[in-house]
Amino acid sequence: MSRLITATGLAVAHGARTALSGVDFHIDRGEIVTVVGPNGSGKTTLIRALMGAVPLSSGRIDRAKGLKIGYVPQKLAIDPTLPMTLRRFLDLPKRVSDARAAVALEEAGARDLAMRPLSGLSGGQFQRAMLARAILSDPDLLILDEPTQGLDQPGSAAFYRHIEHLRDAHGCAVLMVSHDLHVVMSASDRVVCLNGHVCCEGTPAVVSAAPAYRELFGTGTGGALALYRHDHDHDHGHDHGHDNAGHFHPHHDHG
Amino acid sequence: MLLDPFLIRAGLAALGTAVAAGLLGCFVVWRRMAYFGDATSHAAILGVAISFALSISIVVGVLATALLMALALTLLERQGREVNSSLGVLAHGALATGLVAMALVPGGGRIDLDAYLFGDVLTVSWAGVGIIWAGAALVAVLLWWHWSALLVATLNPDLAVAAGVRPARQHMLLALLLAVVVAVSIRVVGALLITALLIIPAATARGLGRTPEAMAAAALAAGALSALGGIGAALWADTPVGPTIVCTAAALFGLSLLTGRVR
Repeated sequence: MSRLITATGLAVAHGARTALSGVDFHIDRGEIVTVVGPNGSGKTTLIRALMGAVPLSSGRIDRAKGLKIGYVPQKLAIDPTLPMTLRRFLDLPKRVSDARAAVALEEAGARDLAMRPLSGLSGGQFQRAMLARAILSDPDLLILDEPTQGLDQPGSAAFYRHIEHLRDAHGCAVLMVSHDLHVVMSASDRVVCLNGHVCCEGTPAVVSAAPAYRELFGTGTGGALALYRHDHDHDHGHDHGHDNAGHFHPHHDHG
Repeated sequence: MLLDPFLIRAGLAALGTAVAAGLLGCFVVWRRMAYFGDATSHAAILGVAISFALSISIVVGVLATALLMALALTLLERQGREVNSSLGVLAHGALATGLVAMALVPGGGRIDLDAYLFGDVLTVSWAGVGIIWAGAALVAVLLWWHWSALLVATLNPDLAVAAGVRPARQHMLLALLLAVVVAVSIRVVGALLITALLIIPAATARGLGRTPEAMAAAALAAGALSALGGIGAALWADTPVGPTIVCTAAALFGLSLLTGRVR
């Protein structure tokens, strides 16, 4: 298993405010890693730092040589006056052949969107369009910022299944940011819980049982906690009181 | 009458300006940099005053001042602060400082202020035409060269980084080109109306093309039509040329609204 990115002692400041400090992070080929955390916890800052889009105030980031990153942004600053079809967008910044574009569009489930203007796409269509753009370069690492914002739960679940399928087909790693705890955790190999620093990390089951995670997400996530309740889970002495939520869980077979 | 050399020079000067402003104007509209354009072009008046004070070429003085202003604004934006009010302060502050400086410069009373505020294209020399077309060519070539990178950086800076494009550099390039457009346009439409020449043709072209390139071509055409039509109308009605060019551009924009509604 090859390491794609290693970050050590990462710190990022926005002006006087510290967004991230003392963050160690790594991701390997083939892994699906999800960063969860409350608003303002530095999730997006972390992925921007890993991409090299923000300067570090300390720490270092080592990227594998020739690492190709496919990035799925949350939104585009697309002015309504800018005419941009999805097909034209795929040509940015480098022109691609129609054949390659067709493959990427098909894989992302965006084939019928090729000639549509980007500014007119719905939330789900937009995510598939951005996904097509991201996989076009056959990336080693796919980075998605809040990919299911604006999707309902079945829509999110379908999107994550799609991501898993892409990971299997391309053998790439996937790094996602989300606060959509329920679905995202079941789709991840590893979860990193962030709040300016790494609170806890591990498999979804480990993280959901961690006291730091429970403290951070508190009462609002009873359902998510219950989803990952297993017979072998340790009881940390908290009163969960959300056992009935476990019935919502369709099936769960993390490794 | 149409073949009078001064008219040919004016026409060529206005055309060159329209080419540069029309192309760059698309990015000004797409990135909503109108205020940025205002601040940069208003700084040109300060540049004129400085040129007189130091007895240097107006083009050089204006280019340098506009460039400094554009770079200052770019750095200000990079700080991530709320920049709208700062832009307003800088835009009007630079204009007022320039006007005051004009009065203080020795012999400043003899400066024809209107020529710099509203343009004076009918007196342009062949050298002036040459400078305008050199500037226009620089803008067109650099835009062509960086077109895709500029588009990605406009859509999403992080996406640009992931694709190996440095968005800060693209932003800097636009600031530089804006300063060039200001320096070549001041003779044609004057400092106060440069932003109009950037924005109106691009706004007229929206919806006329299905790709960014088609829109840029339409903006260029709208700008060129306004430039020549404006000179013609100004001669016919005996009105100042710069404002008449902008009026023509605005009329074309109105026309595009009407035809858009009919379609």
